Amino acid sequence: MNYFKQDLASLHADLVAKKISSKELTQATFDNIKATDPKIDAFLALNEDAALDQAAKIDAAGINADQPLAGIPVAIKDNIVTKGLTTTAASKILENFKPVYDATVTTKLADAQMVTVGKTNLDEFAMGGSTETSAFKQTKNAWDQTKVPGGSSGGSAAAVASGQVVAALGTDTGGSIRQPASFNGVVGMKPTYGRVSRWGLIAFGSSLDQIGPLTRGVKDNATILSAIAGHDDHDLTSSTQAVPDFAGDLNDATSVKGLRIGLPKEFLGEGVNEDVKAAILAAADTYRKLGATVDEVSLPHNKYGIAAYYIIASSEASSNLQRFDGIRYGYRAKDVQNLEDVYVKSRSEGFGDEVKRRIMLGTFSLSAGFYDAYFLKAAKVRTVIINDFKAVLKDHDFIMGPVAPTPAFDLGAEIKDPITMYMNDILTIPVNLAGLPGLSLPAGFSNNLPVGMQLIGRPFDESTLYKAGYVFEQNTDFHLQVPTLGGQN
Amino acid sequence: MANRINRDQVQHVASLAKLEFTDAQLDAFTPQLDDIIGLFETLSDVDTDGVEATSSVSDQLNVMREDVAENWGQSQALLKNAPDAARGFVKVPAIIDESEDN
Repeated sequence: MNYFKQDLASLHADLVAKKISSKELTQATFDNIKATDPKIDAFLALNEDAALDQAAKIDAAGINADQPLAGIPVAIKDNIVTKGLTTTAASKILENFKPVYDATVTTKLADAQMVTVGKTNLDEFAMGGSTETSAFKQTKNAWDQTKVPGGSSGGSAAAVASGQVVAALGTDTGGSIRQPASFNGVVGMKPTYGRVSRWGLIAFGSSLDQIGPLTRGVKDNATILSAIAGHDDHDLTSSTQAVPDFAGDLNDATSVKGLRIGLPKEFLGEGVNEDVKAAILAAADTYRKLGATVDEVSLPHNKYGIAAYYIIASSEASSNLQRFDGIRYGYRAKDVQNLEDVYVKSRSEGFGDEVKRRIMLGTFSLSAGFYDAYFLKAAKVRTVIINDFKAVLKDHDFIMGPVAPTPAFDLGAEIKDPITMYMNDILTIPVNLAGLPGLSLPAGFSNNLPVGMQLIGRPFDESTLYKAGYVFEQNTDFHLQVPTLGGQN
Repeated sequence: MANRINRDQVQHVASLAKLEFTDAQLDAFTPQLDDIIGLFETLSDVDTDGVEATSSVSDQLNVMREDVAENWGQSQALLKNAPDAARGFVKVPAIIDESEDN
């Protein structure tokens, strides 16, 4: 069966009407993954037997109209723990790790009766912007297999874009959902910090990390976010704010009339590709024609986001990754004589270069004599960046701009040059520093590669971003264009 | 190279982080880290006098709860992930370096 042009709502309708069964859909998903993944390499592990069993049970119980996600396959980024299903964070140090519990988000998706079909590739421990730091495989862009899929949620974005699954979960510490969504022409949401529980997310930068959905359309994205969001006693940074019915609220989202949108001049500055700039300016015109106002605004400290982020995120990572010591789980070096050697050799053999670089940068920034000049300074600059956003969002409903300065770049082009790679995150990182929601959605093309637009909102106002994104989708056709891969279309 | 960090300092930071590098790796890492630390130093252009540091953007601060132990009954499953285990315990090499006795 061919489900490539379907969305969550149409699949749900077919399941309720028994035109298809969950087992048929799940089997078709595995057949499709097996046919297309040799080209894309999006998946690190498939969950075939358990998924088909689960689908059969869902079919036997019957799918009702009030279970919008029941029986529908989903893919999970491999830094989110899944009970009994190998979870590696794309690191050799966790190569054979089988979690004994489920992340809150996977428990919630299982409660909604979604079927987890597998684990998607990522940059090792989500540290990277191209999925090239994975210890296991190189995921390719769904539109052009000589290009990177972006990262770190490159596997999830490529899996959705290539039609392997209609939805996937990613994680975003500095742009890791939004940038691969942009590079693959799909929709990705980095929710407000605290909107989604991080319990069971393998921690990278704990004050920055959020889990969010990747889908082909805005409405599907909203449906998944409602399913995974909400307070969780296991993550005390998760918010007690009520979770809206984000997708239901889109039914009366027909207009952006009267909305005030800020377009920061820094987002279209030096280093931003001309086609990307043109796509964003055209999108601004679309919003103006639909009755919104778009003002030029300024986020004057935006350019300091990269430096502040790489200090803060690396410092948090150096602390979080201390737990990988070769003792209780994960890789342990062979032929070690004493405990110190277990730590040092297991970590040195188990971690890849980018992870080591970040641990070193973080350890340095936190070390005696350097803490004030680096970590503390970065934490203060973070406040300055937050204040920039507050000033603009005081009288604007949201901010728009590009997701990344360029479309997807060539495989291998930037991996040897860390600073060039880090600069790709210049437009996404400040959003994590401020804990704001950021939505990435298709807004154009450059040489047949997708270009994404980013909408940045007030804390816990994902609704406005989804509405504005949905209205944009209704008035453009970028999201309807799909890569020609494996002949599904 | 501006020498914000030298080879010896990289070695020192590596020892703090429980990592070790070969000479070739040190040759590659030292200038890379030096360049990135140079990027970090651009923050000194930002006036942060009187600015509070931000360590969390959560709207939930200082959440208190009872400290209740829960037994998930998973000790056997947990031990399956251990590189070496025996009789319900994780096994590790001697804490004292045995190689010196040989």
